[in-house]
Amino acid sequence: MAELTPFQTVGPFFAICLSEDGCAQLSAEEAVGRHISIEGTVRDGAGAVVPDSLVEIWQANAAGKYAHPDDHQTKPLDPHFTGYGRAPTDGEGRFSIATIMPGRVPGPDEQLQAPHLLLSILARGVLTRLVTRVYFADEPSTADDPILSLVPANRRDTLIAKREGGDRYRFDLVLQGDGETVFFDV
Amino acid sequence: MIIPQTLSELTGPVYGHGSVTDADRDLTNRHRGKPIGERIIVEGRVIDEDGRAVRDSLVELWQANAAGRYAHRVDRHDAPLDPNFTGAGRALTDAEGRYRFVTIKPGAYPWLNHSNAWRPAHIHFSLWGPSFLTRLVTQMYFPGDPLLALDPIYNSVPDPRGRERLLANFDLSLTQPEHALGYRFDIVLRGRQATPMEKSHG
Repeated sequence: MAELTPFQTVGPFFAICLSEDGCAQLSAEEAVGRHISIEGTVRDGAGAVVPDSLVEIWQANAAGKYAHPDDHQTKPLDPHFTGYGRAPTDGEGRFSIATIMPGRVPGPDEQLQAPHLLLSILARGVLTRLVTRVYFADEPSTADDPILSLVPANRRDTLIAKREGGDRYRFDLVLQGDGETVFFDV
Repeated sequence: MIIPQTLSELTGPVYGHGSVTDADRDLTNRHRGKPIGERIIVEGRVIDEDGRAVRDSLVELWQANAAGRYAHRVDRHDAPLDPNFTGAGRALTDAEGRYRFVTIKPGAYPWLNHSNAWRPAHIHFSLWGPSFLTRLVTQMYFPGDPLLALDPIYNSVPDPRGRERLLANFDLSLTQPEHALGYRFDIVLRGRQATPMEKSHG
Protein backbone atom coordinates (compact mmCIF):
# COMPACT_ATOMS: atom_id res chain seq x y z
CA MET A 1 0.00 0.00 0.00
CA ALA A 2 1.21 3.46 -0.83
CA GLU A 3 1.21 5.85 2.11
CA LEU A 4 -1.23 8.75 2.03
CA THR A 5 -0.16 12.29 1.29
CA PRO A 6 -0.89 14.19 4.54
CA PHE A 7 -3.54 16.89 4.77
CA GLN A 8 -2.38 20.49 5.35
CA THR A 9 -4.41 23.53 6.33
CA VAL A 10 -6.07 25.45 3.51
CA GLY A 11 -4.61 28.72 4.84
CA PRO A 12 -6.07 32.21 4.38
CA PHE A 13 -5.56 32.74 0.63
CA PHE A 14 -7.49 29.89 -1.04
CA ALA A 15 -9.97 32.35 -2.50
CA ILE A 16 -7.60 33.18 -5.37
CA CYS A 17 -8.26 29.62 -6.57
CA LEU A 18 -11.17 27.86 -4.87
CA SER A 19 -13.96 30.42 -4.98
CA GLU A 20 -14.65 31.36 -8.55
CA ASP A 21 -17.90 33.24 -9.13
CA GLY A 22 -21.04 31.21 -9.22
CA CYS A 23 -19.95 28.13 -7.33
CA ALA A 24 -22.19 28.92 -4.35
CA GLN A 25 -25.08 28.47 -6.77
CA LEU A 26 -25.57 24.73 -7.25
CA SER A 27 -28.87 25.07 -8.98
CA ALA A 28 -29.22 26.53 -12.41
CA GLU A 29 -32.71 27.98 -12.90
CA GLU A 30 -33.65 24.94 -14.97
CA ALA A 31 -32.73 22.45 -12.22
CA VAL A 32 -35.63 20.20 -11.26
CA GLY A 33 -36.91 20.37 -7.71
CA ARG A 34 -37.67 22.79 -4.93
CA HIS A 35 -35.18 25.64 -4.99
CA ILE A 36 -33.90 26.51 -1.53
CA SER A 37 -31.12 28.49 0.09
CA ILE A 38 -29.04 27.47 3.08
CA GLU A 39 -27.55 30.30 5.06
CA GLY A 40 -25.46 30.29 8.18
CA THR A 41 -22.61 31.66 10.23
CA VAL A 42 -19.41 29.82 11.11
CA ARG A 43 -18.03 30.42 14.61
CA ASP A 44 -14.91 29.16 16.38
CA GLY A 45 -14.56 27.78 19.90
CA ALA A 46 -14.43 31.29 21.40
CA GLY A 47 -17.66 32.30 19.68
CA ALA A 48 -15.88 34.55 17.19
CA VAL A 49 -17.00 34.44 13.58
CA VAL A 50 -14.66 32.72 11.10
CA PRO A 51 -14.39 35.09 8.17
CA ASP A 52 -12.23 33.07 5.80
CA SER A 53 -13.41 29.49 5.84
CA LEU A 54 -14.64 27.52 2.86
CA VAL A 55 -17.92 25.62 2.94
CA GLU A 56 -18.25 22.75 0.46
CA ILE A 57 -21.46 20.89 -0.40
CA TRP A 58 -22.16 17.51 -2.00
CA GLN A 59 -25.68 16.26 -2.48
CA ALA A 60 -28.10 14.22 -4.59
CA ASN A 61 -30.53 15.77 -7.05
CA ALA A 62 -34.28 16.13 -6.43
CA ALA A 63 -34.85 12.51 -7.45
CA GLY A 64 -32.30 11.22 -4.95
CA LYS A 65 -29.61 10.43 -7.53
CA TYR A 66 -25.95 11.45 -7.37
CA ALA A 67 -24.29 12.70 -10.56
CA HIS A 68 -21.53 10.14 -10.18
CA PRO A 69 -20.67 6.90 -12.04
CA ASP A 70 -20.90 4.80 -8.86
CA ASP A 71 -24.55 5.68 -8.31
CA HIS A 72 -26.27 2.78 -10.12
CA GLN A 73 -29.84 3.64 -9.08
CA THR A 74 -32.35 3.78 -11.92
CA LYS A 75 -33.39 7.35 -11.15
CA PRO A 76 -33.10 10.29 -13.54
CA LEU A 77 -30.01 12.47 -13.67
CA ASP A 78 -30.64 16.19 -13.95
CA PRO A 79 -28.38 17.74 -16.62
CA HIS A 80 -28.72 21.09 -14.83
CA PHE A 81 -27.55 19.86 -11.46
CA THR A 82 -24.08 18.56 -10.51
CA GLY A 83 -24.64 18.41 -6.76
CA TYR A 84 -21.43 20.21 -5.89
CA GLY A 85 -20.92 23.74 -4.67
CA ARG A 86 -18.64 25.78 -2.48
CA ALA A 87 -18.79 29.16 -0.81
CA PRO A 88 -16.27 31.13 1.24
CA THR A 89 -17.57 32.81 4.39
CA ASP A 90 -17.66 36.61 4.29
CA GLY A 91 -16.25 39.13 6.77
CA GLU A 92 -19.00 38.25 9.26
CA GLY A 93 -18.48 34.50 8.94
CA ARG A 94 -21.62 34.10 6.82
CA PHE A 95 -22.18 31.82 3.87
CA SER A 96 -25.13 31.29 1.58
CA ILE A 97 -25.72 28.38 -0.78
CA ALA A 98 -28.47 28.25 -3.39
CA THR A 99 -29.49 24.72 -4.23
CA ILE A 100 -32.44 22.36 -4.49
CA MET A 101 -33.96 20.10 -1.83
CA PRO A 102 -32.22 16.73 -2.29
CA GLY A 103 -34.22 13.54 -2.71
CA ARG A 104 -33.79 10.49 -0.52
CA VAL A 105 -30.91 8.09 -1.18
CA PRO A 106 -30.29 4.59 0.16
CA GLY A 107 -28.42 4.15 3.42
CA PRO A 108 -27.29 1.16 5.44
CA ASP A 109 -29.33 -2.01 4.76
CA GLU A 110 -31.07 -0.20 1.88
CA GLN A 111 -33.08 1.83 4.36
CA LEU A 112 -33.74 5.23 2.81
CA GLN A 113 -31.93 8.21 4.29
CA ALA A 114 -33.72 11.47 4.95
CA PRO A 115 -32.90 14.33 2.55
CA HIS A 116 -29.46 15.61 3.48
CA LEU A 117 -26.38 17.38 2.20
CA LEU A 118 -22.80 16.55 3.03
CA LEU A 119 -21.02 19.69 4.14
CA SER A 120 -17.35 20.16 4.85
CA ILE A 121 -15.45 23.13 6.19
CA LEU A 122 -11.87 24.11 5.43
CA ALA A 123 -10.33 26.93 7.43
CA ARG A 124 -6.98 28.34 8.40
CA GLY A 125 -5.82 26.86 11.67
CA VAL A 126 -7.80 23.70 11.00
CA LEU A 127 -5.34 20.99 10.07
CA THR A 128 -7.71 18.95 7.97
CA ARG A 129 -11.34 19.42 6.98
CA LEU A 130 -14.40 19.07 9.17
CA VAL A 131 -17.22 16.95 7.77
CA THR A 132 -20.85 17.11 8.78
CA ARG A 133 -24.37 16.66 7.38
CA VAL A 134 -27.25 19.06 6.93
CA TYR A 135 -30.77 17.72 7.53
CA PHE A 136 -34.04 19.65 7.36
CA ALA A 137 -36.31 20.31 10.35
CA ASP A 138 -39.51 20.28 8.29
CA GLU A 139 -38.81 16.98 6.51
CA PRO A 140 -40.80 14.25 8.32
CA SER A 141 -38.23 11.54 7.49
CA THR A 142 -35.48 13.41 9.36
CA ALA A 143 -36.71 11.89 12.64
CA ASP A 144 -36.03 8.34 11.36
CA ASP A 145 -32.79 8.88 9.49
CA PRO A 146 -30.44 5.93 10.06
CA ILE A 147 -27.31 8.08 10.26
CA LEU A 148 -28.75 10.94 12.31
CA SER A 149 -30.06 8.34 14.79
CA LEU A 150 -26.43 7.42 15.56
CA VAL A 151 -25.82 10.94 16.90
CA PRO A 152 -26.54 11.49 20.61
CA ALA A 153 -30.06 12.90 20.84
CA ASN A 154 -28.99 16.06 22.65
CA ARG A 155 -26.64 17.01 19.79
CA ARG A 156 -28.79 16.16 16.74
CA ASP A 157 -30.00 19.72 16.58
CA THR A 158 -26.58 20.84 15.38
CA LEU A 159 -27.20 18.92 12.13
CA ILE A 160 -30.71 20.18 11.40
CA ALA A 161 -31.35 23.26 9.30
CA LYS A 162 -34.34 25.33 10.45
CA ARG A 163 -36.77 26.79 7.98
CA GLU A 164 -36.83 30.57 8.19
CA GLY A 165 -39.82 31.24 6.04
CA GLY A 166 -40.16 30.74 2.32
CA ASP A 167 -37.43 28.54 0.97
CA ARG A 168 -34.69 29.80 3.27
CA TYR A 169 -33.04 27.53 5.79
CA ARG A 170 -30.58 28.45 8.52
CA PHE A 171 -27.64 26.21 9.39
CA ASP A 172 -25.04 27.71 11.77
CA LEU A 173 -21.80 25.95 12.59
CA VAL A 174 -19.62 25.97 15.71
CA LEU A 175 -16.17 24.49 15.09
CA GLN A 176 -15.27 23.77 18.72
CA GLY A 177 -16.42 24.00 22.31
CA ASP A 178 -19.94 24.74 23.60
CA GLY A 179 -22.58 23.78 21.09
CA GLU A 180 -19.98 22.28 18.78
CA THR A 181 -21.47 20.98 15.54
CA VAL A 182 -21.23 17.20 15.33
CA PHE A 183 -18.42 16.38 12.90
CA PHE A 184 -17.97 12.93 11.45
CA ASP A 185 -14.99 10.70 10.82
CA VAL A 186 -15.74 9.37 7.37
CA MET B 1 -17.74 10.19 15.66
CA ILE B 2 -17.62 7.43 13.07
CA ILE B 3 -20.54 6.86 10.73
CA PRO B 4 -21.10 4.18 8.06
CA GLN B 5 -20.04 5.08 4.54
CA THR B 6 -23.20 5.41 2.45
CA LEU B 7 -23.79 6.29 -1.18
CA SER B 8 -23.49 9.93 -0.10
CA GLU B 9 -19.89 9.50 1.06
CA LEU B 10 -18.90 7.05 -1.70
CA THR B 11 -19.72 9.47 -4.49
CA GLY B 12 -18.34 12.96 -5.07
CA PRO B 13 -18.08 15.83 -7.53
CA VAL B 14 -17.20 14.99 -11.12
CA TYR B 15 -15.66 17.68 -13.29
CA GLY B 16 -16.21 17.58 -17.01
CA HIS B 17 -13.33 18.04 -19.39
CA GLY B 18 -15.07 21.10 -20.71
CA SER B 19 -14.57 22.94 -17.43
CA VAL B 20 -10.76 22.82 -17.50
CA THR B 21 -8.61 23.94 -20.41
CA ASP B 22 -4.92 23.48 -21.20
CA ALA B 23 -4.36 27.18 -20.55
CA ASP B 24 -5.44 26.70 -16.93
CA ARG B 25 -2.31 24.73 -16.10
CA ASP B 26 0.24 27.25 -17.32
CA LEU B 27 0.34 29.97 -14.64
CA THR B 28 3.04 31.86 -16.55
CA ASN B 29 0.84 32.48 -19.56
CA ARG B 30 -2.32 34.03 -18.16
CA HIS B 31 -1.53 37.70 -18.63
CA ARG B 32 -0.11 40.04 -21.23
CA GLY B 33 3.49 39.71 -20.06
CA LYS B 34 5.62 37.05 -18.42
CA PRO B 35 5.80 36.90 -14.63
CA ILE B 36 9.05 37.62 -12.81
CA GLY B 37 10.82 34.74 -11.16
CA GLU B 38 12.20 31.28 -11.70
CA ARG B 39 9.97 29.30 -14.08
CA ILE B 40 9.42 25.73 -12.94
CA ILE B 41 7.52 22.65 -14.07
CA VAL B 42 5.58 20.74 -11.41
CA GLU B 43 4.51 17.31 -12.53
CA GLY B 44 3.31 14.23 -10.74
CA ARG B 45 1.02 11.28 -10.57
CA VAL B 46 -2.09 10.97 -8.44
CA ILE B 47 -2.67 7.42 -7.24
CA ASP B 48 -4.72 5.92 -4.45
CA GLU B 49 -3.28 3.96 -1.56
CA ASP B 50 -3.90 0.72 -3.48
CA GLY B 51 -1.62 1.99 -6.24
CA ARG B 52 -4.39 2.70 -8.74
CA ALA B 53 -4.15 5.75 -10.97
CA VAL B 54 -6.70 8.46 -10.11
CA ARG B 55 -7.81 9.58 -13.56
CA ASP B 56 -9.89 12.54 -14.74
CA SER B 57 -9.56 14.15 -11.35
CA LEU B 58 -9.45 17.86 -10.66
CA VAL B 59 -6.17 19.24 -9.31
CA GLU B 60 -6.16 22.90 -8.27
CA LEU B 61 -3.23 24.90 -6.95
CA TRP B 62 -2.55 28.38 -5.61
CA GLN B 63 0.57 30.12 -4.41
CA ALA B 64 2.47 33.34 -3.72
CA ASN B 65 4.48 35.02 -6.47
CA ALA B 66 8.29 35.01 -6.66
CA ALA B 67 8.46 37.83 -4.11
CA GLY B 68 6.37 35.91 -1.59
CA ARG B 69 3.14 37.89 -2.09
CA TYR B 70 -0.33 36.47 -2.71
CA ALA B 71 -2.66 38.20 -5.15
CA HIS B 72 -5.27 38.36 -2.38
CA ARG B 73 -6.73 41.50 -0.78
CA VAL B 74 -5.96 40.25 2.73
CA ASP B 75 -2.22 39.82 2.08
CA ARG B 76 -0.45 42.95 3.35
CA HIS B 77 3.13 41.68 3.00
CA ASP B 78 5.36 44.53 1.85
CA ALA B 79 6.46 42.79 -1.34
CA PRO B 80 5.41 43.67 -4.87
CA LEU B 81 2.43 42.16 -6.64
CA ASP B 82 3.26 40.92 -10.11
CA PRO B 83 0.69 42.14 -12.65
CA ASN B 84 1.52 39.10 -14.76
CA PHE B 85 0.95 36.51 -12.07
CA THR B 86 -2.25 35.53 -10.28
CA GLY B 87 -0.95 32.28 -8.86
CA ALA B 88 -3.94 29.97 -9.43
CA GLY B 89 -4.24 27.02 -11.78
CA ARG B 90 -6.24 23.88 -12.40
CA ALA B 91 -5.79 20.65 -14.35
CA LEU B 92 -7.39 17.25 -14.79
CA THR B 93 -5.32 14.10 -14.37
CA ASP B 94 -4.90 11.91 -17.46
CA ALA B 95 -5.58 8.18 -17.79
CA GLU B 96 -2.41 7.38 -15.82
CA GLY B 97 -3.24 9.91 -13.10
CA ARG B 98 -0.63 12.41 -14.30
CA TYR B 99 -0.91 16.17 -14.03
CA ARG B 100 1.49 18.93 -15.05
CA PHE B 101 1.74 22.64 -14.26
CA VAL B 102 4.09 25.38 -15.40
CA THR B 103 4.50 28.10 -12.81
CA ILE B 104 6.97 30.35 -10.94
CA LYS B 105 8.83 29.23 -7.86
CA PRO B 106 7.08 30.98 -4.94
CA GLY B 107 9.04 33.10 -2.49
CA ALA B 108 9.18 32.61 1.28
CA TYR B 109 6.27 34.31 3.00
CA PRO B 110 6.28 36.13 6.38
CA TRP B 111 3.38 35.56 8.74
CA LEU B 112 2.61 36.68 12.25
CA ASN B 113 2.39 33.30 13.93
CA HIS B 114 5.45 34.03 16.07
CA SER B 115 8.38 36.42 16.07
CA ASN B 116 10.25 36.45 12.74
CA ALA B 117 8.00 33.73 11.35
CA TRP B 118 8.47 32.77 7.68
CA ARG B 119 6.67 30.11 5.73
CA PRO B 120 8.97 28.01 3.55
CA ALA B 121 8.27 28.30 -0.18
CA HIS B 122 5.15 26.23 -0.81
CA ILE B 123 2.35 25.57 -3.27
CA HIS B 124 -1.18 24.78 -2.04
CA PHE B 125 -2.90 21.81 -3.69
CA SER B 126 -6.57 20.85 -3.69
CA LEU B 127 -7.81 17.52 -5.07
CA TRP B 128 -11.16 15.75 -5.04
CA GLY B 129 -10.34 12.27 -6.30
CA PRO B 130 -13.18 9.85 -7.04
CA SER B 131 -15.42 10.45 -4.00
CA PHE B 132 -16.27 12.71 -1.08
CA LEU B 133 -13.92 10.60 1.05
CA THR B 134 -10.86 11.15 -1.08
CA ARG B 135 -10.81 14.95 -0.78
CA LEU B 136 -7.32 16.26 -0.07
CA VAL B 137 -6.01 19.76 0.55
CA THR B 138 -2.28 19.93 1.13
CA GLN B 139 0.90 21.93 0.54
CA MET B 140 3.94 21.07 -1.54
CA TYR B 141 7.39 22.17 -0.37
CA PHE B 142 10.82 22.36 -2.00
CA PRO B 143 13.72 20.14 -0.96
CA GLY B 144 16.53 21.71 1.05
CA ASP B 145 14.55 24.73 2.22
CA PRO B 146 16.14 25.90 5.53
CA LEU B 147 12.75 27.18 6.75
CA LEU B 148 11.19 23.71 6.81
CA ALA B 149 12.64 22.88 10.22
CA LEU B 150 11.12 26.08 11.68
CA ASP B 151 7.65 25.88 10.13
CA PRO B 152 4.79 24.83 12.45
CA ILE B 153 2.49 24.01 9.55
CA TYR B 154 4.94 21.66 7.81
CA ASN B 155 5.75 20.17 11.21
CA SER B 156 2.06 19.71 12.08
CA VAL B 157 2.48 16.36 10.31
CA PRO B 158 3.85 14.27 13.18
CA ASP B 159 5.32 11.43 11.11
CA PRO B 160 8.71 12.30 9.52
CA ARG B 161 7.88 10.10 6.53
CA GLY B 162 4.61 11.99 6.13
CA ARG B 163 6.52 15.28 6.05
CA GLU B 164 8.84 13.81 3.43
CA ARG B 165 5.83 13.08 1.23
CA LEU B 166 5.08 16.82 1.18
CA LEU B 167 8.44 17.54 -0.44
CA ALA B 168 8.72 17.77 -4.21
CA ASN B 169 11.79 16.14 -5.73
CA PHE B 170 14.00 17.95 -8.19
CA ASP B 171 13.92 15.85 -11.36
CA LEU B 172 16.40 16.39 -14.17
CA SER B 173 14.25 14.32 -16.53
CA LEU B 174 11.39 16.81 -16.11
CA THR B 175 13.75 19.76 -16.45
CA GLN B 176 13.70 21.43 -19.85
CA PRO B 177 17.00 22.78 -21.19
CA GLU B 178 17.20 26.58 -21.34
CA HIS B 179 13.63 26.76 -20.08
CA ALA B 180 12.66 25.53 -16.61
CA LEU B 181 13.64 23.27 -13.71
CA GLY B 182 11.38 20.29 -13.13
CA TYR B 183 9.97 19.11 -9.82
CA ARG B 184 8.08 15.88 -9.24
CA PHE B 185 5.26 15.79 -6.70
CA ASP B 186 3.34 12.52 -6.52
CA ILE B 187 0.14 12.46 -4.48
CA VAL B 188 -1.52 9.50 -2.76
CA LEU B 189 -5.26 9.65 -2.00
CA ARG B 190 -7.36 7.27 0.07
CA GLY B 191 -8.38 3.98 -1.53
CA ARG B 192 -11.81 2.52 -2.13
CA GLN B 193 -11.73 0.29 0.93
CA ALA B 194 -10.44 3.01 3.23
CA THR B 195 -11.60 2.97 6.83
CA PRO B 196 -12.78 6.16 8.52
CA MET B 197 -10.03 8.67 9.20
CA GLU B 198 -9.59 10.03 12.67
CA LYS B 199 -10.35 13.71 12.79
CA SER B 200 -7.74 16.10 14.08
CA HIS B 201 -8.61 19.62 15.02
CA GLY B 202 -6.10 22.41 14.47
